[in-house]
Amino acid sequence: MNEPHFRAPSLELRGLTLRYEGQPLFEELDLTVQAGRFTALLGASGVGKTSLLRIAAGLAVPDAGTVQAGDGQKLAGRVAWMGQQDLLYPWARALENVTIGSRLRGERADKPRALSLLEAVGLAGRERALPKELSGGMRQRVALARTLYENRPIVLMDEPFSALDAITRAAMQELAARLLAGRTCLLITHDPLEACRLSHSLYVMAGRPARLGPEIAVPGTPPRALDDEALLHKQGELLRALLEASAA
Amino acid sequence: MKTILRPMVTLLGLLALWWAVACFAGIPAFLLPGPGAVAQVLVAQRGFLLQNLLVTLVEIVLGLGLGTLFGALLALAMVFSRGLQRWLLPLLLLSQAVPVFALAPLLVLWLGFGLASKVLMAVLVIFFPVTAAFYDGLRRTEPGWLDLARTMGASNFSILVHVRLMAALPAFGAGLRIAAAVAPIGAILGEWAGASEGLGYVMLNANARMQTDLMFAALVLLAGMTVLLWVAVDLLLKHALHWAPEG
Repeated sequence: MNEPHFRAPSLELRGLTLRYEGQPLFEELDLTVQAGRFTALLGASGVGKTSLLRIAAGLAVPDAGTVQAGDGQKLAGRVAWMGQQDLLYPWARALENVTIGSRLRGERADKPRALSLLEAVGLAGRERALPKELSGGMRQRVALARTLYENRPIVLMDEPFSALDAITRAAMQELAARLLAGRTCLLITHDPLEACRLSHSLYVMAGRPARLGPEIAVPGTPPRALDDEALLHKQGELLRALLEASAA
Repeated sequence: MKTILRPMVTLLGLLALWWAVACFAGIPAFLLPGPGAVAQVLVAQRGFLLQNLLVTLVEIVLGLGLGTLFGALLALAMVFSRGLQRWLLPLLLLSQAVPVFALAPLLVLWLGFGLASKVLMAVLVIFFPVTAAFYDGLRRTEPGWLDLARTMGASNFSILVHVRLMAALPAFGAGLRIAAAVAPIGAILGEWAGASEGLGYVMLNANARMQTDLMFAALVLLAGMTVLLWVAVDLLLKHALHWAPEG
């Protein structure tokens, strides 16, 4: 069930320029999100990460540049998006939130699949719960199940775990890495540890107009253990790079 | 238990104050009858009062139903089309700028002494808070909810029905609560302007004949009915919007 029934294409952002009130947020920005792998984009708040992700999701239009799939086919309908909050609809029960995409498109909901996804995120038996009856971590699990239900080869994530406490966040990171494996994932975050745990490769976004640093490869396979030495070393290295970038 | 106890204490406090003022302030009974005298009228004329109360209640309930429906449709129309919104918004404001007091005699003249003029008056008072609150709610949908629906391939119409409408229901409920509280104003005003039955008619007549105790009895019934109506609407909304996060 977790195995996607597709070959995920790479996601290619080419020459993206976005201006905000006349000032360029980023200019001529290129990024390739490798097919079937987790890529993290790290940067301080306000650097333009969210804007970049919104453009990739088709929610915003850049002043210049293109967003394409590496296999040359159309992107529409192949991208799922996880926002900073769980964005569960408070009037819908957990199961209805998972299948909300079907309802919004006027399709029949695939209930058995939604139930098995809720089970996969550890929420078996809570399908009738309203969002207000669930904890923050549980709600984010429902959001993950909802993303998986959409079954899109490309998944864009905008700091989806930032509102969670440290322990819940660590658990969610593992769950997401496991269940989203094989998809082309772009995760933006300001948490170096999260970037290191989850991604195959990562980039630092900094400056104004913002630029992407060179690709940083993280050894090993995500999700990496929290006490992995290479991970901790990489995290320290990254934090220093981020500090230098923000001081520059 | 507390939810019942508190209003009871307030009510008893008000009654005690009323009684004290009526008894000890030296105000003659034809100006301010005491609670006892009013209670006597309530019992003695219960049939007459109940009959008139039912008339007013029907006016209010019909007005609330139609006013809410009309108010909700108006809000939806304004959200659905920007063009419509530009035409409707000034009309909406105009409808509230003209005092309902001034309209009441005119409506009675046009629609007669019967039910229609009172219901229309009530609708005029009720629809505005519903429209204003619902329209506001429809325009202020959490942006993330809209983004999510768009990335899922939802059409604008689908987003309106499945996301914006649902998200605006708590705001709609707030408007409806206000509407329920002010609903009696329209009906009573309509009855004052010209009627042959109803609590407003009873009040006006009793006042003219210096039957202050009867007037107070009608007033007490009207206040009680308004409170009960509000509580009923509030309970209904709490039940229907049980999913809404508190506060």
